Amino acid sequence: MIELLRESFVQNAFLAGTVIAIVAATVGYFVVLRAQAFAAEALSCIGFAGATGAALFAVSPLLGMFGFTLLAALGMGALENRLRGRDVEIGMVLSFALGLGVLFLRLYTNSASEAVGVLFGSILSVTKTDIVLSIIFGIGTLIILAILFRPLLFASVDPETAEARGVPVRRLGIIFLLLLAITVAESIQVIGVLLVFALLVAPAATAQHLTKKPATAILLSIILAVAFTWAGLFLALASRFPVSFYIATLAGATYFVTVGIRHRLAPHRLAEMAHHHP
Amino acid sequence: MFSVLQYQFIQNALLAGSLVAVVSAFAGYFLLTRGLTFAGHALSHVGFAGAAAALVLGVDPIFGMLVFTVAAGIGIGILSKRLNERDINIGILLAFVLGLGALFIALYNGYAERAYSILFGTILGISKNDILITSIFSLVTLIALLVIFRPLLFSSFDPEVAEARGVPVKFLGIIFLILVAITVSMAVQVVGVLLVFTLLVGPAATAIRLVHKPVTAIILAMALGLLYTWLGILLASGNNWPVSFYIATLSFAVYLPVRLLSVEDRQDKEATV
Repeated sequence: MIELLRESFVQNAFLAGTVIAIVAATVGYFVVLRAQAFAAEALSCIGFAGATGAALFAVSPLLGMFGFTLLAALGMGALENRLRGRDVEIGMVLSFALGLGVLFLRLYTNSASEAVGVLFGSILSVTKTDIVLSIIFGIGTLIILAILFRPLLFASVDPETAEARGVPVRRLGIIFLLLLAITVAESIQVIGVLLVFALLVAPAATAQHLTKKPATAILLSIILAVAFTWAGLFLALASRFPVSFYIATLAGATYFVTVGIRHRLAPHRLAEMAHHHP
Repeated sequence: MFSVLQYQFIQNALLAGSLVAVVSAFAGYFLLTRGLTFAGHALSHVGFAGAAAALVLGVDPIFGMLVFTVAAGIGIGILSKRLNERDINIGILLAFVLGLGALFIALYNGYAERAYSILFGTILGISKNDILITSIFSLVTLIALLVIFRPLLFSSFDPEVAEARGVPVKFLGIIFLILVAITVSMAVQVVGVLLVFTLLVGPAATAIRLVHKPVTAIILAMALGLLYTWLGILLASGNNWPVSFYIATLSFAVYLPVRLLSVEDRQDKEATV
């Protein structure tokens, strides 16, 4: 076990996993706040088409995912204002992306193990280049989020007032979707298309159940995401089960236990909150 | 192209595909009017974990899918009513269950190909037995939907009034999700987990844009679903590309112009509301 930690592939996995967990937890805070869970899910499925279609353009899966998700985020951002029934639109784009993904998988992927990597993550086998790219894009995303933090928070919590005070709500929304696209593409490497939610949404949703202060919630969300990722990596190295299984189970269990305890402790307070934020 | 129709496996595919398309379009109509698109997506993926579990236990994948999707359907029905929180809950539940799916895949020592055929669909390899199971479940789901049709419609469009008039809204919601779960488990054999969603949502989304009367919209959705499925199977039998790719692309290609052309109409209506 300790010897394994000296292996460079394990060190790489910890390094990339940590950076991605921090980015996902921070971006995830805003995903929960802005109620864009389904958009995140759609972007991850578009990432699936990107990863399987990367071979078509002779680039690495990570670059394929960046390309597809960024394009999709631009499209979603451009349409957003006009779309009231967003759910259905997102759903249609999602099903089309999945269709393309299935086609690319048939045409360009030779082995089932490549498919497993995309669907369930492959953090223990990502290449050096992809890790360097993940870290650069991850830190870039964090810096942009730090710069935009106050207006984005304002625009997410109370878009009408923010708009009236001159905050460019719409432009912020598009920039945020682009950051979300990058984050989703990175998270797919760790945990796979099917499980992105465990890293992106579960820690942030748990944190928001525990504290209302934005800065505290983001910090807590980061701590949870990094803890799940490390625990997942350690457990996976110690057994023969996949990393993504451990991360998803830990994240899901933590969330539902937190929600359950809070409901038991303060049902009236929750009802009050629901009343204030319909 | 039509000479392929004489093959047994194409006939099986068309028969099973038609059954699934009709039931999916019906259930899909209510899925959309109730704002449960994401739940439909989640249920189809949960089916994958169920199928993987069944493979590990050595039973028929359809039973694993039924157990997992029905349980998840009940779970989603019980979880919070508020839209925002519901989506988060569904998403995290989905990740949790798929994490189990990843575990089952790792535990399963047989051909991973078998698990992946569940993910991507095996319509051209469907057996007589599969058709029998599909027919039975389709009929049951169709009859159940027809029985609860009126109260379900009422509670989908105006839950408060329905509740006040004594319609068991919450109970109906859970029954409906169980029916969706059954539909999904059947549909998975035809188009695969990744695209069940297409047959559920694509035809109904287009139909709702085109007509307003519920019954007409449902019939139109069924017709569209049948059309996409038949064309998809015929086109796929001509070359090596997957059926599900054709179905998804056809569905998107029809939806897009309908959506773009009906924008004005919709905004006018919203303005007057």
